[in-house]
Amino acid sequence: MAPLLSVKNLHTYFYRPDGVVKAVDGISYDLEVGETLGIVGESGSGKSVSVLSMLRLIRKNGRIEEGEAVFDGQDLLTLDKEELRTIRGKEISMIFQDPMTSLNPTFRIGRQMMEPPLWHNLLGSQEARQKALHLLERVGIPEHKSRFFDYPFQFSGGMRQRAMIAMALICEPRLIIADEPTTALDVTVRSQILNLLQEMKEALGMSIIMITHDFSMASNFCDQIIVMYAGKIMEKASTMEFLSNCLHPYSQGLIRSTLDLDTMDVKLNPIPGSPPNPIYPPSGCRFHPRCERRQPICAEEIPALREGGADHWVSCHFAGGGVKK
Amino acid sequence: MSELLKVEDVKKYFPRGNKILKAVDGVSFTLRSAETLGLVGESGSGKSTLGRTILRLHEPDAGRVVFDGEELSSLNKEELRIKRRHMQIIFQDPLASLNPQMSIGQAIEDPLVIHGISSARERKERVAELLKIVDISPEFINSFPYEFSGGQQQRIGIARALALNPKFIVCDEPVSALDVSIQAQVIALLLELRERFNLSYLFIAHDLGVIKYISDRIAVMYQGQIVQIGPKEEVFKNPAHPYTQALISSVPKIPWNGKPTRHYKTLKGEVPSPIDLPPGCRFCSRCPIPLPICGEIAPEGKEISTGHWVACHRS
Repeated sequence: MAPLLSVKNLHTYFYRPDGVVKAVDGISYDLEVGETLGIVGESGSGKSVSVLSMLRLIRKNGRIEEGEAVFDGQDLLTLDKEELRTIRGKEISMIFQDPMTSLNPTFRIGRQMMEPPLWHNLLGSQEARQKALHLLERVGIPEHKSRFFDYPFQFSGGMRQRAMIAMALICEPRLIIADEPTTALDVTVRSQILNLLQEMKEALGMSIIMITHDFSMASNFCDQIIVMYAGKIMEKASTMEFLSNCLHPYSQGLIRSTLDLDTMDVKLNPIPGSPPNPIYPPSGCRFHPRCERRQPICAEEIPALREGGADHWVSCHFAGGGVKK
Repeated sequence: MSELLKVEDVKKYFPRGNKILKAVDGVSFTLRSAETLGLVGESGSGKSTLGRTILRLHEPDAGRVVFDGEELSSLNKEELRIKRRHMQIIFQDPLASLNPQMSIGQAIEDPLVIHGISSARERKERVAELLKIVDISPEFINSFPYEFSGGQQQRIGIARALALNPKFIVCDEPVSALDVSIQAQVIALLLELRERFNLSYLFIAHDLGVIKYISDRIAVMYQGQIVQIGPKEEVFKNPAHPYTQALISSVPKIPWNGKPTRHYKTLKGEVPSPIDLPPGCRFCSRCPIPLPICGEIAPEGKEISTGHWVACHRS
């Protein structure tokens, strides 16, 4: 079966007065039906831009230079505006990090939720209202019948995020892109939201792309993990393969830097240095200035993404202790 | 270890219209010299207000704060200013806490100027030394805060806090705004500084992983009150308060055992408004195991093992 989404060699550059930012610089991956993919990386690694490019939601100074994003047989990058609108919100919907700025403050929650199915002519207004009410209840909004008429500012942060999830689900999309959906939330609310996404995914059989900087969360939630650094994929594998055989020095450093409740007795060994300048990234491997295993070749040659195990891809000249093929 | 800080029944209320928001409502603890107390809780639980009230950046409405043998609320402005040499704070947003019009050298030197310490030349040397301590090259002494990355800005904030050789630093979510790799660097730096300068930290965070890593003791705060406090190992071994349990079980752990957590145990309900607090236990509305008494009478703290206190009727 063909994958639901196949991204190939995607490049997105931003043109700024001070130079060109190669935010996404040649990334490829496949996502199967019902699969959850985690894109993990630090700020500026290009993880958000990589998915926003697909829906062509990038800012005006950004340009998709190259690549394709084939969703269900159609290349999203070649569709015209109108064709794309038939997919956004219906086939693919998004959950953003900050629910306050992504909900319209001037519309009541219920009315906003009804908009996607009405716009896509999927439901009549009575049915849309019923469905919106049902979903508000399903995502656990207390007194959902009266809350339906509230404005976003009357909701707490966690409730807004739940309302956004309900809104993203209302057309029963086949793919949900969640961009740091829990970063702004308290831990106890975060676990509620993760449970909700998991339940909805199981009930509706959707695929999810989860963008996050939180490796502990991604490694629990996702079937497959991609680690990005400075616009490039450093490593890509199924979560279990990733955990048992993590190969890239950056991924290893990221895991070492993750303080979860088990890391108590481990001596913290952080990655030295800072993320690279986006306009003048380092030559060769973009991670090499911070890498403890760098060799002269790392500054000269960009390592190709090569197979490091079963469906396990890594972009490093020396990954896994081995020498370049 | 000697006792450096003693906080006794501190309260801080804010008027909200004709009601009162009880941000900190009767908090007591002690901190020994060179000890780190991790303060964890959700947003709005009063962690930051507590940190600021201890330093008298907010005036407490009730209670006592004894620092280094002196009660802070008895000091007048000038005495407090002198005392403040020994108690500093590091904020969550390093850029917002640095004056954008001051070079980082000036920002770090400023506390020395205010406290009239040494000559201009000696101060310059001290600034260079402080920059080295936090691992920023002294050649950037004349650069401005915006020229640095978030992690470097936080290091500058730390250098400024260290300038006067403090004994105690309130770290108010110092790593929450930073990327994971930078977070680890800053935590490693704070640990190193603690050893080197014999510092005590009140380390405020909502991330239990960070708290567990850095603290000697942990205090869990909920709606203006400490619901559990004790040595780190004890609190994790016996998270007696249901809220502590909920916090611990909502933190994802890397599934090295091959068994990812797909469903977390969660609390029902929303955090109650801090303006209309329920009678009885404040956690009652979200508690998975409430007793009839919990809705009526607020639980008193009980010592369940040495130095380990829990405020719950079930303990």
